[in-house]
Amino acid sequence: MTTSSATIPIARADGPSSAFEYITTKKDELVGWARKFSLFPYPFVTACCAMEFMAVSSTPYDTDRFGAALPRFSPRQADLLMVVGTVTHKQAPVLRKVYEQMCEPKWVMAFGVCATSGGFYQNYAAVQGIDRIIPVDVYIPGCPPRPEMVIDGIMQLQQKIATSRHPIVTERF
Amino acid sequence: MPADLDALCQSLATEATPASVAHGLVVVEVPTAGVLDMVRTLKDAHGFDMLLDVTAVDWLPREPRFDVVWHFWSTTGHVRVRVRTRVPEGDPAVVSLTSLYGSAAFMERECHEMYGIRFAGNADLRPILLYEGFVGHPLRKDYPKDREQPLVPYLTP
Amino acid sequence: MKLPPLASLPNPVKSAFAPSAEGGPVIVNIGPSHPATHGTVQIIAELDGERVLRTDVHCGYLHRGFEKECEAHTWHNLIPYVDRLNYVSALINDFAYCDGVERLLGIEITPRCRYLRTLLSEYSRIVDHLTCIAAGLMELGAMTAFLYLVMIRDYMYEHLADLTGARVTYTYGRIGGLARDLPDGWLARLAEILDQYEVFVGRVHGLVDRNRIFIDRMRNVGVLSTADAIHYAYTGPILRSTGAPRDLRRDTPYLAYAELDFDVPVGIKGDNYDRYYVRMREMDESVHMIRQLMDMLPAGPINVADHRCTFPDKALVYTEIESLINHFKLVMDGPAVPAGDVYVAHESPNGELGFYLVSAGGGVPWKVHCRAPSFVHMGGVHRMLDGYQLADVVPTFGSVNMIGGECDR
Repeated sequence: MTTSSATIPIARADGPSSAFEYITTKKDELVGWARKFSLFPYPFVTACCAMEFMAVSSTPYDTDRFGAALPRFSPRQADLLMVVGTVTHKQAPVLRKVYEQMCEPKWVMAFGVCATSGGFYQNYAAVQGIDRIIPVDVYIPGCPPRPEMVIDGIMQLQQKIATSRHPIVTERF
Repeated sequence: MPADLDALCQSLATEATPASVAHGLVVVEVPTAGVLDMVRTLKDAHGFDMLLDVTAVDWLPREPRFDVVWHFWSTTGHVRVRVRTRVPEGDPAVVSLTSLYGSAAFMERECHEMYGIRFAGNADLRPILLYEGFVGHPLRKDYPKDREQPLVPYLTP
Repeated sequence: MKLPPLASLPNPVKSAFAPSAEGGPVIVNIGPSHPATHGTVQIIAELDGERVLRTDVHCGYLHRGFEKECEAHTWHNLIPYVDRLNYVSALINDFAYCDGVERLLGIEITPRCRYLRTLLSEYSRIVDHLTCIAAGLMELGAMTAFLYLVMIRDYMYEHLADLTGARVTYTYGRIGGLARDLPDGWLARLAEILDQYEVFVGRVHGLVDRNRIFIDRMRNVGVLSTADAIHYAYTGPILRSTGAPRDLRRDTPYLAYAELDFDVPVGIKGDNYDRYYVRMREMDESVHMIRQLMDMLPAGPINVADHRCTFPDKALVYTEIESLINHFKLVMDGPAVPAGDVYVAHESPNGELGFYLVSAGGGVPWKVHCRAPSFVHMGGVHRMLDGYQLADVVPTFGSVNMIGGECDR
């Protein structure tokens, strides 16, 4: 097959290259940049917020723009735990177990006011905020939040990932 | 349909089981021992083929403390009936209707854990909305609304 | 932050089946956090190969103490809790609950309110069925149909947000009326959306109705007989899919249903395909009813003039002492509902949604009990799961449309 289109030289075989070979950056910035656009959410969907989760991941709002659309239903393949809706005391061991099963690095999003603080269910059944059980990185208020708020939450999480440290070799590097 | 309701009310009312019509359905008060007989009559003679609902009402500090309330629906006659009986706190036991209606099993489990009513004859009274290890009956009036019984130890900052 | 050790995690439920000996049936746990159980439910299944022998269904993972919470709020203040029972069709919950309180108070709502509630109930029914069918189809891999249905549902959410201020949970019903009247142009937009609905749902009909994969997964799977359905107190589309034309809108007409022309679609044998098709047909009937109601909608007030429950006009609260006191008493003490008990049932998208309200007099309910169709349906769902393949659990469960908030309360 013949083609007339020009080929772009990645690197020249002979001598010093003018092509794109090196960049200088910080390791944390590079890893953070890569990680923030490849979030694989695990939707821990329990309650009313699921309706807005459906809306947020479908056509009109499309979280694929942020690289965060493809849900992984195995915690071992996911790195963003989206806790969507009320977590009750009966559910708490399950949530904790799912969190433990996720590999590092992992982030947790409290989606909606019930996951954030228990919401207006101040009673014997509901956990008063999932941060009593697992650490949380980003909170999204609203009962349920509008899709725009969820997208804002994802962007804030991306910001957090881009600016935080990413030890990959040892604890300190 | 009021005529139907009145006729039904007349046929159910006896000395021991006073019946009345209120808010579009027939209400029958039954002594605890007569529940199964009354429900059999309703199902076989009056066509109440669907058990809609089982629940209880805690009338603390009244004695006997609890009302157990059943709602039945006739899919052919389009009439509802409410059967109510009073049970004391010391022995909150009524007969289970699982032998007559399949839907009774789940609803009796819920009523059992929420109010502590025992349904004699229902072999499976495991917790259904609550969890194993929950102590007490949350819908009783003397259970504080915010008494939590966590299963997972909380994070220590 | 230090996580306590994992070994101490207890199991919240106890299985009905013990693990069997070598070579015996296999026990498989599905849920409570599983992509195919929309909502949180746990199914423990005993398998012989791929065939399901017995199932043990556990719900309650979303038990949020609805009934206990209601006993601590005034009759008005608990409307947001009622909304979050069946959060897919929150308006129908609102109207059923308000209907119950109005019967205790002995109030007759205004004609405009009555027609408006009927219209919005049917609108909610469409939203609910769209969600159920979309989720069910997505679980079978029909992503395009899911996106079509969620797209039209999103038009409806935004449209309802124009009226109520919220997309999902509206808190729009009021005892004796509604929160506010229709904004300008709302009905014109409604007519547009209904036309759009027909286009989108027509595409879904074309995509799946005669699709071989869809029919193989749905036809003759999860069959329920009418006798079983009545024995386990199934109501709504599931009972109608077995061939029994039982519909509260027809059997005990409430709101404005007696004046409307509509059919009650029924299925042939109560399998998954029938449940899917009954829901599709019910949406068409709802559209037909909404179009009639748009023409019938009378002018007039939306709230009854009854100081026991209706809030006075805000302008009067700031200028007139009687209205100020009235407002204060309604907010602080709640509406004075006479002692008594009432059971009121509306035809929700899942079946008979009943509220058993007990008042001991005063502004706070003594007991609010919700007869939730999803919960009752869970009691008999093993009849549809046992004897079929493990993979059939997914479409069957999807077609039952269990809503966690309503099932577990």
